[in-house]
Amino acid sequence: MQYINATELEARALNETIRNCREDCEITNCLGQRFIGAGLSRRKLSIYGVPGNALGAYLDGAEIEVNGNAQDAVGDTMNAGTIVVHGSIGDTAGYAMRGGSIYVRDSAGYRAGVHMKAYQEKLPVLVIGGRAGSFLGEYQAGGIILVLGLHTDGKPITGYFPCTGMHGGKVFLRDCCKNVRFPGQVTARRAKAAELEEIRPYVEEYCRLFGGDAAELLKGPFTLVTPDSSNPYQQMYVAN
Amino acid sequence: MKQLEGQTRIPSGCAISAVISREGRGMTGEGIIESMRPMRERSNGLGGGFAGYGIYPDYRDFFAIHLFFDDNSCRLECEKFLKERFDVVWAEEIPVRKLPEITDEPLIWRYFATPLQSALRSMQVDENTFVARCVLKINVALKGCYVFSSGKNMGIFKAAGYPEDVGRFYRLEEYEAYAWTAHGRYPTNTPGWWGGAHPFGFLDYSVVHNGEISSYDANRRFIEMFGYACTLQTDTEVMAYIADYLLRRQGLTLEETASVIAAPFWSTIGTKPEREKRQLSYLRAMFSGLLLTGPFSIVLGFTGGLMALNDRLKLRSMVVGEKRDLTFIASEEAAIRAMEPEAENIWAPAGGEPVIIRVREGAY
Repeated sequence: MQYINATELEARALNETIRNCREDCEITNCLGQRFIGAGLSRRKLSIYGVPGNALGAYLDGAEIEVNGNAQDAVGDTMNAGTIVVHGSIGDTAGYAMRGGSIYVRDSAGYRAGVHMKAYQEKLPVLVIGGRAGSFLGEYQAGGIILVLGLHTDGKPITGYFPCTGMHGGKVFLRDCCKNVRFPGQVTARRAKAAELEEIRPYVEEYCRLFGGDAAELLKGPFTLVTPDSSNPYQQMYVAN
Repeated sequence: MKQLEGQTRIPSGCAISAVISREGRGMTGEGIIESMRPMRERSNGLGGGFAGYGIYPDYRDFFAIHLFFDDNSCRLECEKFLKERFDVVWAEEIPVRKLPEITDEPLIWRYFATPLQSALRSMQVDENTFVARCVLKINVALKGCYVFSSGKNMGIFKAAGYPEDVGRFYRLEEYEAYAWTAHGRYPTNTPGWWGGAHPFGFLDYSVVHNGEISSYDANRRFIEMFGYACTLQTDTEVMAYIADYLLRRQGLTLEETASVIAAPFWSTIGTKPEREKRQLSYLRAMFSGLLLTGPFSIVLGFTGGLMALNDRLKLRSMVVGEKRDLTFIASEEAAIRAMEPEAENIWAPAGGEPVIIRVREGAY
């Protein structure tokens, strides 16, 4: 384990230090340095302080643990690996991620999971413990977004315009979503017991990381949101 | 040939930050300068600036007019203009610290002044209206003169440069304010120059802005019908005039102003209770030309408080935090932690949700 004090290290220098140390790193006094762990394929980073935007962008297999809040665009276009945030997360978490998983103990900002995608064995998973801001799963093309609704501020589990432009993947919201307005091209319905089996491992992992009773959480109720067909825009541009 | 900024387009960022003491305690500019450091990549050195409220207690009843002049002949012409209309009780060059990072500075002066009673009587206007008209007159008609701050007991300090350098250049450690706002600029579609740096001020209103107003020209045409003139070659200027028009001239509240410039979508208004629906519909219809579209996060400064606001789609980030009597607002949590490592209650306001912080009455 290498210990890195990020005080007075700007983003470029910090990232070079991380790249050169070739073992697990514990980074302290982080303050806004961007692109930490970008493209990293192995090793584990443990971060204290506030990492800057685009944490773990293009992550390719490494593990990142943030002992506090994270800012915007965490896991932007990540391909594999795990990011765990012991706090809340800013806007556009998991932006266009195509593999790996992000676990957020508390809430997420706007546009969580925007344009997530999946392909063959690649299945990205974004788990949010609290609530999500507006435009959750905007343009989602694949993967799983799971929002557990454990927040205590009384606000709805998600903001305005969730799943706008969604055309693949699944969103699970641990709520009846009576007051949530979904767009026309998705179906939001109560998740069946068999469907919850798919998210069981992620709920269990969330509880292992942050505490909580997985069996209790899985009692739901969960709303499952999916696009209306596998290709809802089939007729939009070309007639075939 | 090297292309100058303004001839070529550079894509963007921008950083904002603010702090206010709800108890009206004075803070030097060091903390707010520090907050801009972790956000350095959001700027590109073509604009930085600060606004401080409560910094001129000795001249609190006088308008503090900050001016850039291209040269001394511009200054003399402007001083003639001012002396015909104001009782100028103090005039001086704004003290600066020469730094290699800040170059090409214009002449930078400040005037503490009060409108001549005879002028007010003959024009039959109150002093704010009078000063507002004079500021616009100088910016439009006096070549090489730019008023960049014109409120009472507040001041704007800005330059072409990185905000940390601009703060040191203006020696902000020598001022004490109950509220500071700051901006680091990364100009997108318009040139980076001294007058185009943020904050933009008009009377005691000041605006720092991260984003880009796509409705700029519609907003400009609307606001210019009411005597304002956009002269500083960048979109944020219009926001300062909109704030003045809605708050001072139309008498709207801050919340109502937020509902005009970041009006909810009609579909969202449709879900509101009847009374709120009526009010929001009225504001959208009445001031449709002042809806700002495109991404923005702004902090509006005014005497006794700050208002933070995001565009309704929240296309720019903004977080708020607290500690004791202090409230912090910034583009990034790291900026807040740079001012106060132990900041609490960090949260992100929703798009179009104004965050209004006022200093306790009587404490400013």
